[in-house]
Amino acid sequence: MNQFQYVRVTTPKAAVAAVTKENNSLFLAGGTNLIDLMKRNVMSPEKLVDINKLPLNTIEKTATGLRIGALAKNTAVAEHELVRKSFPLLSMALNAGASPQLRNMATVGGNMMQRTRCGYFYDTAMPCNKREPGSGCGAIGGYNRMHAIFGTESSDRSSKCIAVHPSDMCIALVALDATVLVSGSKGERRIPFIDFHRLPGDAPEKDNTLQKGELIMAVDLPNNPFADHSHYLKVRDRASYAFALVSVGAALNLKGNTIQEARLAMGGVSHKPWRLTEVEQFLRGKPATEATFRQAADVAMKGAKGYGENDFKLTMAPNTLIDALKTAAKNA
Amino acid sequence: MTNQDNNEEQAENSGSSRRGFLKQSAALGAFAMTPPSAMKAVDTGLHEKIATAFEQMPLQVEINGTLQRLKIEPRVTLLDLLREQLNLTGTKKGCDLGQCGACTVHVDGQRVNACLTLAMTTEGCKVTTIEGLAPAGPDGPLHPMQEAFIKHDGFQCGYCTPGQIMSAVACIREGHADNPDEIREYMSGNICRCGAYSNIVDAIMDVKKGGQKV
Ligand SMILES: Cc1cc2nc3c(=O)[nH]c(=O)nc-3n(C[C@H](O)[C@H](O)[C@H](O)COP(=O)(O)OP(=O)(O)OC[C@H]3O[C@@H](n4cnc5c(N)ncnc54)[C@H](O)[C@@H]3O)c2cc1C
Ligand code: SF4
Ligand code: FES
Ligand code: FES
Repeated sequence: MNQFQYVRVTTPKAAVAAVTKENNSLFLAGGTNLIDLMKRNVMSPEKLVDINKLPLNTIEKTATGLRIGALAKNTAVAEHELVRKSFPLLSMALNAGASPQLRNMATVGGNMMQRTRCGYFYDTAMPCNKREPGSGCGAIGGYNRMHAIFGTESSDRSSKCIAVHPSDMCIALVALDATVLVSGSKGERRIPFIDFHRLPGDAPEKDNTLQKGELIMAVDLPNNPFADHSHYLKVRDRASYAFALVSVGAALNLKGNTIQEARLAMGGVSHKPWRLTEVEQFLRGKPATEATFRQAADVAMKGAKGYGENDFKLTMAPNTLIDALKTAAKNA
Repeated sequence: MTNQDNNEEQAENSGSSRRGFLKQSAALGAFAMTPPSAMKAVDTGLHEKIATAFEQMPLQVEINGTLQRLKIEPRVTLLDLLREQLNLTGTKKGCDLGQCGACTVHVDGQRVNACLTLAMTTEGCKVTTIEGLAPAGPDGPLHPMQEAFIKHDGFQCGYCTPGQIMSAVACIREGHADNPDEIREYMSGNICRCGAYSNIVDAIMDVKKGGQKV
């Protein structure tokens, strides 16, 4: 690990100022991703601004839903009574991620900002357009079992990236129409969760739309009618403590057996948490049957493309979607 | 900008390490790693011996009931602080990357991976390691979970064991040890290469059923 300057801040304003004015400085939250990357010299900030003392860890009811502070620990969110009762998809997704120890450390903001787990991104001896723009992509034609099947188009082949965003939590947040509240040197702004992360396009070094120095303050969740029929299904190489090969967050609002409304997102398949808006529209007004879910899976898989080792996801993804919908329809 | 913010910035600057020094040492930090940056270090005329001068920052943290007033480099992890500087080698280093759980300790009552915890972030916290688990200290009777691991043969080589035990205690305290399936899920952050898993689950079930205070 390189040496760096370490500072502690106690107000968001000081945090923003400290990161805005220095080229190579970063916020430090739980450290579970950043310290890992620094140990492997994938990231080498000259300054870490420790934001753990900021008063941003509350979880509270608002007029329209729930506000979760950016520094709330993943465990605290997953186990919070209001989250379990009204946003069970978020609890399930969080509990499917990492390990109890890591969830005790990891924060909501850090979870959103975590980098891809692509092996070439982590290996500084290998080419990687995300780590070093223009150096190429080791995963194309290489080991790409964990990689994306959606949204990998780029106009310029030399800047291509087929990495996935590894977060489970973000799948629930994008499905549940969350909004991100961020604070920067020019004030606060709100970013719809679906626009927070981006597709690689020709700039895979950018994971998201946060500007330099902007601090995630909180995530807002609107109230929803999905609590009785939510399911997060994560398929992975072992039963626990492994990243998703494919995951699906499914939330339904049923009247009798008819789908009034659906919320769906997929993980492990794209550079951003992959919301399935078209499928949601398709499901509206349809009976909650396996036949419907199979058709929905066909809609979901339009435009999917495998890269060799990850071709199995072309089968696993629709199957996971169907299974998640079946379980969500049953839940109550 | 309000007054408070000005103070904040000043406080920030006073609490931080010196900038110029850092630039040099950062270059030297990279020196050992990559040939191109080694070249850069030579270019800028830095001498290797600067690398032995470390930047130290004050840290106060309570470890196993003892308040420690330390001076450490900001990049030292809690794991390295425990093992290398405080000689508390009970906490093990397996992967050093958050992937195995061998380094599990409690910070303010929560189990965490010491290898991904910068020691500086534990300022003002209470840390408990395997050495501090038994209520009467390392020379008194064992903690019930330690007893149970012995009784159930919850280990073979023993390398993962301190982490397993710290995690197991937390697992019960958190209320996640009601049945073997739940224990398996909530102990998944602790890998055992010897595969002592089934005996570990037995040990935890035993302590949980026995209702002893953990
Ligand atoms: C072994 C292992 C297994 C894992 N398995 C899973 C898994 O199965 N599923 C899953 O979803 N995740 C998994 N993770 C990832 C884990 O969830 C993330 O590392 C964690 O959520 C990051 O949060 P943090 O607070 O520790 O972030 P940090 O490491 O502190 O920060 C990460 C990044 O976010 C930035 N940042 C932090 N807070 C803010 C803020 N408020 N505003 C702006 N920027 C900010 C930092 O500058 C940094 O760049 C795993 C991690 C490990 C090590
Ligand atoms: S997939 Fe993306 S992160 Fe992985 S090597 Fe290619 S460019 Fe880098
Ligand atoms: S040494 Fe910390 S998790 Fe492996
Ligand atoms: S006892 Fe050997 S690794 Fe667990």
